[in-house]
Amino acid sequence: MASVQIADVRKAYGSTQVIHGVDIDINDGEFVILVGPSGCGKSTLLRMIAGLENISGGEIRIGSRVVNDVPPKERDIAMVFQNYALYPHMTVADNMAFSMKLRKAPKAEIDERVSKAAAILGLEKLLDRYPRQLSGGQRQRVAMGRAIVRNPQVFLFDEPLSNLDAKLRVQMRTEIKELHQRLKTTTVYVTHDQIEAMTMADKIVVMHDGIVEQMGAPLDLYDNPANLFVAAFIGSPSMNLLKGTIRANGFETDGGVIWPVGKHPADSNDRAAVMGIRPEHLILDPNGLSAEVVVIEPMGSETQVVVRCGGQDLTCIFRERITAKPGETIKIRPDTSVTHLFDATTGKRI
Amino acid sequence: MTIAAEARPTTQPEQSWLVRLFDYKPFLIFICLLPALGLLLVFLSYPLGLGIWLAFTDTRIGRSGIFIGFENFESLWHDPVFITSVWNTLLYTGVATVGKFGLGLWLALLLNNHLPFKSLLRALILVPWIVPTVLSAIAFWWIYDPQFSIISYVLVDVLGWRDTYVDFLGSPWPARWSLIAANVWRGIPFVAISLLAGLQTISPALYEAAMLDGANAWQRFRHVTLPMLMPILAIVLTFSVLFTFTDFQLVYAITRGGPINSTHLMATLAFQRGIPGGQLGEGAAIAVAMIPFLVMATLFSYFALARRKWQQGEDND
Repeated sequence: MASVQIADVRKAYGSTQVIHGVDIDINDGEFVILVGPSGCGKSTLLRMIAGLENISGGEIRIGSRVVNDVPPKERDIAMVFQNYALYPHMTVADNMAFSMKLRKAPKAEIDERVSKAAAILGLEKLLDRYPRQLSGGQRQRVAMGRAIVRNPQVFLFDEPLSNLDAKLRVQMRTEIKELHQRLKTTTVYVTHDQIEAMTMADKIVVMHDGIVEQMGAPLDLYDNPANLFVAAFIGSPSMNLLKGTIRANGFETDGGVIWPVGKHPADSNDRAAVMGIRPEHLILDPNGLSAEVVVIEPMGSETQVVVRCGGQDLTCIFRERITAKPGETIKIRPDTSVTHLFDATTGKRI
Repeated sequence: MTIAAEARPTTQPEQSWLVRLFDYKPFLIFICLLPALGLLLVFLSYPLGLGIWLAFTDTRIGRSGIFIGFENFESLWHDPVFITSVWNTLLYTGVATVGKFGLGLWLALLLNNHLPFKSLLRALILVPWIVPTVLSAIAFWWIYDPQFSIISYVLVDVLGWRDTYVDFLGSPWPARWSLIAANVWRGIPFVAISLLAGLQTISPALYEAAMLDGANAWQRFRHVTLPMLMPILAIVLTFSVLFTFTDFQLVYAITRGGPINSTHLMATLAFQRGIPGGQLGEGAAIAVAMIPFLVMATLFSYFALARRKWQQGEDND
């Protein structure tokens, strides 16, 4: 196990720069998730850690060693690929043993490690099968088994769950998290799914257009997004964002509605801003603002309601049952202790 | 409704015998198979059957023969020219196949990399295959010419490595190697392009996984490329062996079996004896003697083409 330091790392293809100086510190044993929309550079960064892409600038350290020029096989890392990349002509056991066979490890040791990994992942009965004879979830487990057998310093996961169906994805999510808790190996995990990031990570790194937007514990990011991008990206359903101006008596939207607003610096009055309210922070209140119900989606434990207020659609999540019908009016107000304000031009948190 | 249905007449109107015949399934199957069957009979079974029959007769051109049993084969067994042609065919097929596959695989691996002008190179590779065989044979005839050979010119007049021009086709062994070289040149594109297609089906992620697993370039080739290429390699190998074994044009156009019958393949000898020589029966016997070899090659392909164990099962990538 080892820590990973990424210091001012850059990547350019010709004159196109795709990663613009990224700094990430990953502690020993930490589960870090790189998350961001497609094309944000998260997979490229992971492949640079793995050694599958050259590093155009900056430095990557694994443990205390700078690995910029170390070939992949000497970095002591294991990677799980999106399409698993299992060797189709080898059985499950051979797939897992391949790296050790290449190192000419003694057969007894190979068998021991393979059966141990198989036991951890519940693959004992599948050891003689070929990858084609396995289901998606089983292949995923074999790919993880191949990584575990090597007992590497760092695990790298490249969108490992995106080829699975929704139910299996939730199940594998739990399994990977449990596996990490058991093995405590430093893990870097790439996904575009913010729910995966929220549920699994010790630390989330939100990336966008080749830069790190924000880095921190999942709930930290959820509660205190540093900018509009993170605010909109983290959370499902996503945060309601209202454009308008901060006034002395509240937040006036472009639609002319005055919303109550939480604490903000005194000098920010009359400043163009965006107010962010999480769906669960909109509360039913007889003295609140009138909003027209557009869609009601009862989930059982909660009810998701889309309302229209001042010409803008807002998503609300209520714990109480809603009896209103679409077209009717309900009264809502935000919980002003947890609203967010962002600068309209820079997108930075006010 | 039920009453109305009962009131309907239960017997159908009498249909003509033609309609009933076309509704009869065995007849339909027969009718649909007839064109294909006819083509196979006329163009495959008849010539093959006639060839085999001729091999057991003493037919000559212009004189129908009588059945003579295995006499043709017996005389061939003691015919040194025929025995030489068998050895030539085996040598030609063996060496040329190894050459084609070695160079073809190497070329395919090269072309699978990122190269400048990749598509242009791929198109150029195909040229030897596109040119009609006789045309390239004539070109090689010139290349191997005792007086005007470009190879001799380069070696003697340009580089000065030799004092005399090379006698490519004048004596048996040089002639054999020259023919094999020409065949390899012609056969490489087929192998290279087929294997290139196979190489491109291998996911790059497998190489990356192998790289992370600690495999060096040779190990990646040995443990990933080669096993993944095996299915297509088996097919291409079979076809290549069949084509080389039955080759006629190249040899007949360049040497006509000479010098002193030393480069005859079974196919060229069969033609030589049968058509210009007029001994149809003997020519047919030589051709028939190729059948066991071809059957063996076909059987090999039959077993090699069978799906390997790792290819079985549903592919739900």
